[in-house]
Amino acid sequence: MPGKRDKHKSKYTLDRGMPGAFEGETITRRRFMTGTVHTTGAVAAAAFTLPALGFALGPIFKSTPHRWEVVGNIYQFPDNNYVPVVITLTPNIGEAGKSTVYMRKFNPEIDNDAADVDSHTPYIAISSRCAHVGCPVRWVDASERFICPCHGGVYDLLGRRVGGPPVRPLDRFYTRVNGENVEVGPRFSVNSQLRRFSPRDPGEPLDGIGQYLYPSRPGAQKL
Amino acid sequence: MPKLPAPPLPAPLRTPPPRPGEGTGNGGPVEGAKQAGVAVVDWVDERTSLSGAARWLMFRKVPKGTNWFYTLGSATMFAFLSQAVTGVFLAMYYRPDPAGGAYESIRYVTNDVFLGQFVRGMHKWGSSVMVVLVFLHMARTFFFGAYKYPRELNWVIGVVLLILTMVMSFTGYLLPFDQRAYWATIVGVNINGTGPLIGPYLSDFLRGGSEFGATTLSRFYAIHMLLVPGLLAALIGAHLYLVAKLGTTAPPWAKAEKRKELRETEV
Repeated sequence: MPGKRDKHKSKYTLDRGMPGAFEGETITRRRFMTGTVHTTGAVAAAAFTLPALGFALGPIFKSTPHRWEVVGNIYQFPDNNYVPVVITLTPNIGEAGKSTVYMRKFNPEIDNDAADVDSHTPYIAISSRCAHVGCPVRWVDASERFICPCHGGVYDLLGRRVGGPPVRPLDRFYTRVNGENVEVGPRFSVNSQLRRFSPRDPGEPLDGIGQYLYPSRPGAQKL
Repeated sequence: MPKLPAPPLPAPLRTPPPRPGEGTGNGGPVEGAKQAGVAVVDWVDERTSLSGAARWLMFRKVPKGTNWFYTLGSATMFAFLSQAVTGVFLAMYYRPDPAGGAYESIRYVTNDVFLGQFVRGMHKWGSSVMVVLVFLHMARTFFFGAYKYPRELNWVIGVVLLILTMVMSFTGYLLPFDQRAYWATIVGVNINGTGPLIGPYLSDFLRGGSEFGATTLSRFYAIHMLLVPGLLAALIGAHLYLVAKLGTTAPPWAKAEKRKELRETEV
């Protein structure tokens, strides 16, 4: 019915034939009241929902400050074998916040394969977090391998995967020398060519499309 | 206004009519106690009409062939109630403190509290019982075809209940905060992270950050104790309402009886 449709297009309620309409009215009192009450209700609901949502989702975006931790002096780490040290990843929660790091001095003969890892790490600090699902790996001196007890992941001297389900090499930590002390800093992840990336969770491959499919998160420090 | 007739009661529960010649009589103290109880129930019922609802829920017609498989749903709910009650008692002692308080509070409950080891054991084994029963109930519903029209929504609610049960198991596993709990959670959260694109954000959301931190245990505790039980209770209520409203199905091997006229006549 084209006639009726034209009448609805008019913004004046008088033209739309609404009972009680007066000259020049564009919105009825009922609609105004309803709209105002609904808007007030939405504001009230948002007042408690949005802070709660922010509270729940906030930690995703919070970035933890960089921390450097002294782990020993420059004489105690060999360049052909790993020495385990314990560092604190998350302070103030006791044992749950600590992790083991395997330390070795930078060795130009074996570490030059790695693409631009050397300029930031005078000492190599390999994380014990397995790149499969995060179990703690153990350095076995006799076979020169890191072995994961959970699902049989095996890594070589440089932390590259040589067996089992892990999807990328072991993470590393930045290191620096401060006087006579060696300090361990933030974590970074590497792909199979040992190129540096910002830290990723275990199970996230970084080769090829992996670095885009598993993006760096707001909370993890960017390189 | 004339009173509507009450919904039907099964025969054993109906009060028998008085024998002829016996009249009312006052009855002894047992009779008096019974009448007092009935009076209390009547007082509540007149103000809430709950007895109609109770009769609608409990005295439903069920199809011929209903067997013991149909008890699996109620068994699951019983397991849930057991978990809720034992969980409440455990929550009175538990401390969600990652720096050692959590482990210590569970050790205290297990070793030093009267019946603490029993209640904790019921809660721990009860969760396995509930997961097993949930799957058996789901299998029964599937193989009996009880998900078909008009019960599709009930099936969907059931699947959501299954997911919530799994969330309860996952979050509850971390709470004792021993080595097994800690590493199982690390592994579980990292598995979440392997999903493409949103995986890393999901694992960050679960952990409360990019590393396992002080808030991770508290998050898991709040989800386990407040968020999911509330959702579970609401959805179980909806699930039960739909079961009562739509009725249960006959087992798939039950055949409908043909009307006499349609049966072939014997020669």
